[in-house]
Amino acid sequence: MIECSSALHSILYPNRAFTKPPIAKFSLSVRSQPLAGFPGWSLTTGMAFLGALFGCFIAVPIMLFAALGISRRNRVVTRHIERFIRWFLIACSCLAILTTIGIVMSVLFESIRFFRIIPIPDFLFGLEWSPQTAIREDQVGSSGAFGAVPLFAGTFLITVIAMVVAVPLGLMSAIYLSEYAGRRIRTIGKPLLEILAGIPTVVYGFFAALTVAPFIRNNLGFLGMDVSSESALAAGLVMGIMILPFVSSLSDDVINAVPQSIRDGSYGLGATHSETIRRIVLPAALPGIVGSILLAVSRAIGETMIVVMAAGLAANLTANPFESVTTVTVQIVTLLIGDQEFDSPKTLAAFALGLVLFIMTLVLNVIALRVVRKYKEQYE
Amino acid sequence: MSQVEIIQRGIRRRYVVEGMFRACGLSALICGVVFLAFLLITTFVKGYTALQQTYIGLDITPMEEDFDGAVTEETLRRADYGALIKRSLREAFPDVTRRKEKKTLYRLVSSGAQHELRQKLVQNPGLVGQTTTFWVLADDEVDMYMKGNVNVSIPEKKRRFKDHAIELTKRLVQQDRIQLRFNTPFFSRGDSREPEQAGIKGAAMGSLFAILVTMLLSFPVGIAAAIYLQEFAKTNRFTDFIEVNINNLAAVPSIIFGLLGLAIFINLFGLPRSIPLVGGMVLALMTLPTIIISSRAALAAVPPSIREAALGIGASPVQTVLHHVLPLAMPGMMTGAIIGLAQAMGETAPLLMIGMVAFIVDIPGSPLDPGTALPVQIYLWADSPERAFVERTSAAIIILLLFLSLVNGLIVVLRKKFEKRW
Amino acid sequence: MQGLIKSKTQTNYFTMLENDNNMPPTLDDSLNSPDFRTLGEVTVPRPIMKTKNVNVFYGEKQAIYNASLDIGKNEVLAMIGPSGCGKSTFLRCLNRMNDTIDICRIEGEITLEGEDIYGRNMDVVLLRARVGMVFQKPNPFPKSIYDNVAYGINLHGLTNSKSETDDVVEDALKRAGLWAEVSDRLNQPGTGLSGGQQQRLCIARAIAISPEVILMDEPCSALDPIATAKIEELIDELSQMYSICIVTHSMQQAARVSQRTAYFHLGKLIEVGSTDLIFTNPGHRLTEGYITGRFG
Ligand SMILES: Nc1ncnc2c1ncn2[C@@H]1O[C@H](COP(=O)(O)OP(=O)(O)OP(=O)(O)O)[C@@H](O)[C@H]1O
Ligand SMILES: [Mg+2]
Repeated sequence: MIECSSALHSILYPNRAFTKPPIAKFSLSVRSQPLAGFPGWSLTTGMAFLGALFGCFIAVPIMLFAALGISRRNRVVTRHIERFIRWFLIACSCLAILTTIGIVMSVLFESIRFFRIIPIPDFLFGLEWSPQTAIREDQVGSSGAFGAVPLFAGTFLITVIAMVVAVPLGLMSAIYLSEYAGRRIRTIGKPLLEILAGIPTVVYGFFAALTVAPFIRNNLGFLGMDVSSESALAAGLVMGIMILPFVSSLSDDVINAVPQSIRDGSYGLGATHSETIRRIVLPAALPGIVGSILLAVSRAIGETMIVVMAAGLAANLTANPFESVTTVTVQIVTLLIGDQEFDSPKTLAAFALGLVLFIMTLVLNVIALRVVRKYKEQYE
Repeated sequence: MSQVEIIQRGIRRRYVVEGMFRACGLSALICGVVFLAFLLITTFVKGYTALQQTYIGLDITPMEEDFDGAVTEETLRRADYGALIKRSLREAFPDVTRRKEKKTLYRLVSSGAQHELRQKLVQNPGLVGQTTTFWVLADDEVDMYMKGNVNVSIPEKKRRFKDHAIELTKRLVQQDRIQLRFNTPFFSRGDSREPEQAGIKGAAMGSLFAILVTMLLSFPVGIAAAIYLQEFAKTNRFTDFIEVNINNLAAVPSIIFGLLGLAIFINLFGLPRSIPLVGGMVLALMTLPTIIISSRAALAAVPPSIREAALGIGASPVQTVLHHVLPLAMPGMMTGAIIGLAQAMGETAPLLMIGMVAFIVDIPGSPLDPGTALPVQIYLWADSPERAFVERTSAAIIILLLFLSLVNGLIVVLRKKFEKRW
Repeated sequence: MQGLIKSKTQTNYFTMLENDNNMPPTLDDSLNSPDFRTLGEVTVPRPIMKTKNVNVFYGEKQAIYNASLDIGKNEVLAMIGPSGCGKSTFLRCLNRMNDTIDICRIEGEITLEGEDIYGRNMDVVLLRARVGMVFQKPNPFPKSIYDNVAYGINLHGLTNSKSETDDVVEDALKRAGLWAEVSDRLNQPGTGLSGGQQQRLCIARAIAISPEVILMDEPCSALDPIATAKIEELIDELSQMYSICIVTHSMQQAARVSQRTAYFHLGKLIEVGSTDLIFTNPGHRLTEGYITGRFG
């Protein structure tokens, strides 16, 4: 019923339709020719695909289990079915490997294509990022610059701000909850922090862009500072709060793994509670806490929606938290939203950034998981 | 000085430090909680007004001339309802004559009003020739003004809602022609460029389909994988590798899964962009590690004595797991699956990658129709410059959070109900 | 009593006692009667700590019933009794380590040199500095050997300079008999020592702040006989300067190191007396049963 309204609308207010730049462009193409750009695809093949997909994963096991129920008497049949079930289970487990392979393949191949156009050193060490390739071939400056250092710096800046917020707050609230709080506060406080962890990041993004960023600009602007409306500070602060429960629950685990016996040793010498925590528990838990922080960093680096909504698009190479910076994830999103030629370096650049992001988070995670496991084994 | 005296001398300072440390911990906790409260309260305050919508009551008298002289199905559909509305507005404000002023007057009514009017007349042709009061959607600026969201103290030049429009609105109020009513369009429509016509039903349906696909894919696969890894797999290189894989996948940023979806599902398999099916598939891959990990924990919590007992009475390993272990672990697995789904419900970034950010007016009727999802809708509206979209974004957030708390409530109930100690 | 079999459970033991005509009618009744009194002399002429009518509860469950016991200056007091009888609980009351357990509640009076340790004027930090503790399992901090010993000194600010601290650490390690073994690796982690060395490190850590009383909860239970012998020797030496209260499961150990022995049974202090007397001529049937190894 509203179909016509928007069509009419674009006639009535032609200029208004373009107030939403990137999305509008894409949306028009989808609306004008739904499903048309995909030759060979039709509703029936789609249905067949769906059917096959669900058939594999739902019907097969159900049938197998049913058959198993019926054939209880017949040992031979049962054995065959059981073997089948085992293979099904193995296949499902292998999906995890397939996913990893899929991720690696998809980012790697497109990245290789990208690096054929833009050499790796130019990408990794280039200081200028302006991927806006021209609309027309002959337009000036159509090559675009793909030096990713400003993006790495921006990601780093926002991550640092986030960790500066999240680590002390998360660690201290974990300490308070596990060491000091009475049962009442614990039963209220823990779930409240968990709620913080359950809020979708897009909500944080909205909050950062509409409440925190204006607040920072209006209040710090008076101090004579020039605050951008998309300051790194706003995004970093809100991201820090988002990561807070993550740090807190991880450090809670780690702190609780420190055995009571060495705390008792400290109390027995006349240490106060906080002295025991600061001088014995925290140093003992340090490796585990570092591991948790690494995990949190990896999450901050990969976080997308908050920065997409609250950080800017301008690739400034700066360490000033009041300026606008952009991040790897922001650029991936802006490069890929909308209809893109799959061969333009602009699109491929997103995959190259994805590859960098994947490698960074993977390395961080592998290290962090190792550290944490080592730490826990120590107190087994 | 004796040792006791030395210790006593320092004790005061140590207790001050103790108190400060404790206060630090408490304030960190309070910080988090206050932030949470602040976020929820501001969102609620901004969003709850979207429950209501401003309507303008217009006395409209459709004449036969407006339908080319003959009222038929066809002429009813084709007629210029915009003109009818304008005429009625002119009649209500006979003193508005200047061209520019008239334009302001016409702008008070939503551009969607003519379609509503058309619908009503097509359904009820008997209204032609009579004067009826139709309540039509007001423009978003009028709506914002009525809800007190227009700051009249700032100079007119910097305002979108001009003084003349305010005056006309005030007169409409005096004439009892303005009402705030329950905002049905918001809950029953798809997206629109005009805030007053934009609804969340399209996004909600898109989310529903995507989540359905996610659930159908990730739940059976996740549980099957968990069963294999926990119950059957021997520890060797291969299963170790799978495990490491799963642990790392759980920490891969969600946007990377979006890249996977774009490169594999859309580019390689040629599935169309923007459809909930692909969104659901990507989300399924993303939630799979969560589901596998928590399902394994649930299986591990079933005591070995139950397996030994079943094996002891002659059940095969597969039978043991299917008939004895699985039913006991089911509640725990369900909880894990629902946690995964809650995570998928709020996820935005991967959906952006596969094109679910398109501006789509129609409400999707199946996972194969183009659509968006609730979080994506929030992102889209948050990007829109109109002030009225802020209200709607907040309302959409409230709805998303309500859904999520419902799902989490389900988890709590499940846990309570099936909390078993062996 | 001849027909008793060693491995019988306690209930069986009591039912058999009831059937024995030579016995006072019902032993467990006499334990439960309100006028139950500890056998032997609970007070000493020169006490450093006194406890009077101490009751301890874990939630609803009572772990210690009306125990009164003195600890003399420079004496080694051994506490023995079957597992779960409340020895550790009683010991932990003496330096308020039970404060760390939320559900634990203590009634009665415990004094250190005449001061009520649960009183308003007693600071728990100071109390624990004066009444040190060594635990059952060696629990060195995950720090260097030096830092382990210096920890208490630094906490309480007992020294004014690094060299002074060095001296105290060295002295403590020497008195704990560990100096010769670790003097060349003071900066290595304390957790890297052997079990016996770790326990001596814990003792060094405790004596570095010169407490007046040292509480030891089964300090040798995790150690081999040679390490145990070393610790016992050490306890002997330490008793020159400190009062020591030691919980042990080994009757030989109690006999070797202590001057007085207290026997606990199901939360009650059954009998106290000089170690010689308790082990040669126990006054109470339960004590006799325990030290002759009939149960426990
Ligand atoms: N933290 C606690 N919470 C509840 N009950 C406890 C706690 N600690 C000890 N108890 C109970 O108090 C009683 C005495 O325990 P305690 O540890 O003092 O025994 P014990 O004589 O030291 O035994 P063992 O020789 O085995 O160390 C036991 O019944 C025990 O179950
Ligand atoms: Mg004990």
